[in-house]
Amino acid sequence: MRASTGDWRGLRSGAFWVICVAICVICFRQANTSEWIGSFPKEWTFGIADQVNTAMNWLVPKLSGPLHVVSTILGFLLNVTRGVLAWTPWPVAFCLFVIVAHRAGGLPLAVFTVVSLAYVAVTGYWERSMNTLALVGVAVPLSVVLGVQAGILCYRYKWLNSVMQPLLDVMQTLPAFAYLIPILLLFGFGPVVGLIASMIFSIPPMVRNTILGLQRVPPEISEAGLICGCNRRQLLWWVQIPAALPQMKIGMNQTTMAALSMVIIAAIIGGSDDVGWAVLNTMRKAQFGPSLIAGLVIALMAMLIDRISLNFAKTETAAPADARPGRWRHPHGLAALAVIVIILPPSLFIEQLHYYPREWVWDFTGQITTALDTFIASTSGALESLKRAGLFFFLLPLRIGLDQAVSPYSWGIEFTPALRIAYAGLIAAGSALALGSGSRTGAIFIAIWGVLFYYGTIGIPWPVFVCTIAMLAYAAGGAGTAALALATMIFILLNGLWEPAMFSAALCGAAILLAFPLGMAIGTVAAEVEWVSKAIRPVNDTLQTMPQFVYLIPFLMLFQVGEFTALIVVIAYALVPAIRYTEHGLRSVPVASVEAGRAAGCTEGQLLWWVKMPQAVPEIMLGLNQTVICALSMLVIAALVGTRGLGQQVYVALGKADSGLGLIAGLSIALVAITTDRILQGMSRSSKQALGL
Amino acid sequence: MNTSVKLSCRNLWKTYGPHDALEATRSGAGSGNTIAVMERVRQLHGLAACANVSFDVMRGEIFILMGLSGSGKSTALRCLSRLVEPTMGEILIDGEDFTAKSPRELIEFRRHKMGMVFQNFGLMPHLTVLENIAFPLRVQGIELTERNERARDMMRLVELDGRENSYPRQLSGGQQQRVGIARSLAGNPDIWFLDEPFSALDPLIRRQMQNQFLHLQSSLHKTIIFVTHDISEAVRLADRIAIMKGGEIVQIGAPREILENPANEYVEEFTRDAREGLMIRGAAGADLK
Repeated sequence: MRASTGDWRGLRSGAFWVICVAICVICFRQANTSEWIGSFPKEWTFGIADQVNTAMNWLVPKLSGPLHVVSTILGFLLNVTRGVLAWTPWPVAFCLFVIVAHRAGGLPLAVFTVVSLAYVAVTGYWERSMNTLALVGVAVPLSVVLGVQAGILCYRYKWLNSVMQPLLDVMQTLPAFAYLIPILLLFGFGPVVGLIASMIFSIPPMVRNTILGLQRVPPEISEAGLICGCNRRQLLWWVQIPAALPQMKIGMNQTTMAALSMVIIAAIIGGSDDVGWAVLNTMRKAQFGPSLIAGLVIALMAMLIDRISLNFAKTETAAPADARPGRWRHPHGLAALAVIVIILPPSLFIEQLHYYPREWVWDFTGQITTALDTFIASTSGALESLKRAGLFFFLLPLRIGLDQAVSPYSWGIEFTPALRIAYAGLIAAGSALALGSGSRTGAIFIAIWGVLFYYGTIGIPWPVFVCTIAMLAYAAGGAGTAALALATMIFILLNGLWEPAMFSAALCGAAILLAFPLGMAIGTVAAEVEWVSKAIRPVNDTLQTMPQFVYLIPFLMLFQVGEFTALIVVIAYALVPAIRYTEHGLRSVPVASVEAGRAAGCTEGQLLWWVKMPQAVPEIMLGLNQTVICALSMLVIAALVGTRGLGQQVYVALGKADSGLGLIAGLSIALVAITTDRILQGMSRSSKQALGL
Repeated sequence: MNTSVKLSCRNLWKTYGPHDALEATRSGAGSGNTIAVMERVRQLHGLAACANVSFDVMRGEIFILMGLSGSGKSTALRCLSRLVEPTMGEILIDGEDFTAKSPRELIEFRRHKMGMVFQNFGLMPHLTVLENIAFPLRVQGIELTERNERARDMMRLVELDGRENSYPRQLSGGQQQRVGIARSLAGNPDIWFLDEPFSALDPLIRRQMQNQFLHLQSSLHKTIIFVTHDISEAVRLADRIAIMKGGEIVQIGAPREILENPANEYVEEFTRDAREGLMIRGAAGADLK
């Protein structure tokens, strides 16, 4: 029964492909004569953005009362936390952090903490770091409590879960810049905005991990609880939550990291004197020395917080059987107590110990700036040509097509008809070759990219784009995914955002086209060569904990403001998941099948390509999925260094305080991300099924 | 004789699947034509995991439900404790209708009358051995010192003294199952459910645990419903065995009865190993004598 349905869908899908290709051909032929095919007519769009603004104007006064209460409470919490952290003498805070780090990760982490904190203090960022920490310190507990509650409710009520999942998707993919303005309007100006923004972004991982943890509690443990006569409350709090705790601690770690990265981003609206603001401010003034120093502060903070919370998440409950006797049972508690008793009182009376003195700040901005300037000056020729090459030979063709991009000015040659035919022949030959070696997907892939490079995302008539993507979505995930893809594209079209969307598509497409194969290659090497894997792991860990903001600094220095910089930044951010998933996929191929391959006499190369790679495909697909999501989420940040597209729209809206435009453009990005996610998850699933996993 | 029936299961059905399949089970259960109802359920994309299961368990008896995986034996056991709600049928415990109990009554009943041992132990990973064993008492609201004392008694009973403060992950499989047994007995239940308690253990440990189980029962006299897929275990431990296949009971009887007079080819095939084992053991026993 099921098989026959599958065949039927296969047949219908074949018919759909024919129709799709037909539509594409007609559109390309008619694009020059029928205006509306070439570009979506303005008259057909209607501005939801204005309606949103009107709605906001109507809504804000109505809600301002109760929301003002919320923002007062949050503001109070924030001020208290901030006050305590600012009042605490820095040597005391320093020692307490080190003790916590030692408790979490032993001596290595303690040493790392000492070095990092010393850097923060010496560079004069102690106070601003504490301000950032205060925001995180308020956001995380609130997010965790709300997230756990929501997670429990979702676990208990299935209908709520099905409502919550898409909401969580939107919360995680909607760029923060898009909702900063509405929050600002609703809650008023101030650091509370950053707090709420970071909570919106950091609640989802807590909810997801709570649900996951509860779902993964072995049924026997829940049954054991039931048979002991637990009522619902006892079952939840005495059995299921404790059993789900390891997973929930992972959620806490993710929530903390999300909160930190969003606190940094939210600094863009100002109002709080924290590290994020320092980075942004110096970056805007093109003071690369200071921004590099401040960026490193953020990076160190991120690494510290991540390592400490992750170590706490991973330590299991200690076995009292091997605990030390008597008073040595809690050495860390004792040490903390000693710090408070011995160091705190004198510190309060000695000015230098209470607040980190300015005279002790070691200002090496000058040296750094000089060094950077010489470095950039010496490499600028090479960097400049790299930039030009990337723009003219790669990014531009992808956006406006070889058709437009090849000109004597940029390429030094004319795109003659003969060259056009040669290009078409090349693509056709590539497709045929792929088809000949039995890979239909490969053939379709080459053909699509061939067409894309010829016309560019801007040059392709919109109906062609809509048709092809909808078809891909249908093939990958069925009717539901296709409907989602169509809805997304229609939303973008109707809001008149098609052109910026295509700019973004070109940028993201280019980034993914470079980042994914590169990541796969590195991941493959890491899976095969042990020392590469060991060397690359800490680098990946570090890159993944880094708030997106930090990525901008080095590339901005090297390549200045511009689209190429944006491309490189997106690539840098999207590279890590490609590496990780590829390595993981290749390494989790069952040992039995690798041994079978060896026993059959495979060379290492054959083993990789014929045995491991095919089985790693589902995992690598998920890696591609993450790569795309990362690229999209970086889009808005990249807009800071100058791109055109949806990211820029969001950023412009932020500048003009235009809630409507910001939300609509942001929502477009979120919808694109969610659609891509569904399509690639679908592909991963079907390749998994094909392997019978 | 009837007065000594402790637990009675009458025409029990458990169907998984869409609403229609459940309805078909409910409307068809009274007809007595089990095969037809199961077929109807299958057509409606459902699965009758337990089909018209009926048996009585006597006070103090070891009653074993036996079958291959997917035969419905674990589902039947879970219906008896209402960890899984039966679709249709009657469960009488001490003559009272167990299926009609309200959630509150059910909780009370489980606290005082039922204990259960699980195949993969089902121990709480975050609690120590002592806390695990005391857990049913904690649920009842018994205060700390008393429940620890009673839990220690249980530990002595299963010969686990000295491991109070270990966590389950620090114990071997056999020790973990002893904790499971001690926990299931902590509330002093009348009815003791064991769901493949020894299947996850090594053969030697399994043998040892079976002996300990028989030893315990000789002093406790619980009413036991024991699920296993291992015929030799069943023959060794049971007062009576019910053999299940595809959701139905094929034969109920004392071990010897089943071995000597298998009801059909399936039971004969199934019990062949045990019969041969018995013959070898009998022969060897004769030699020894």
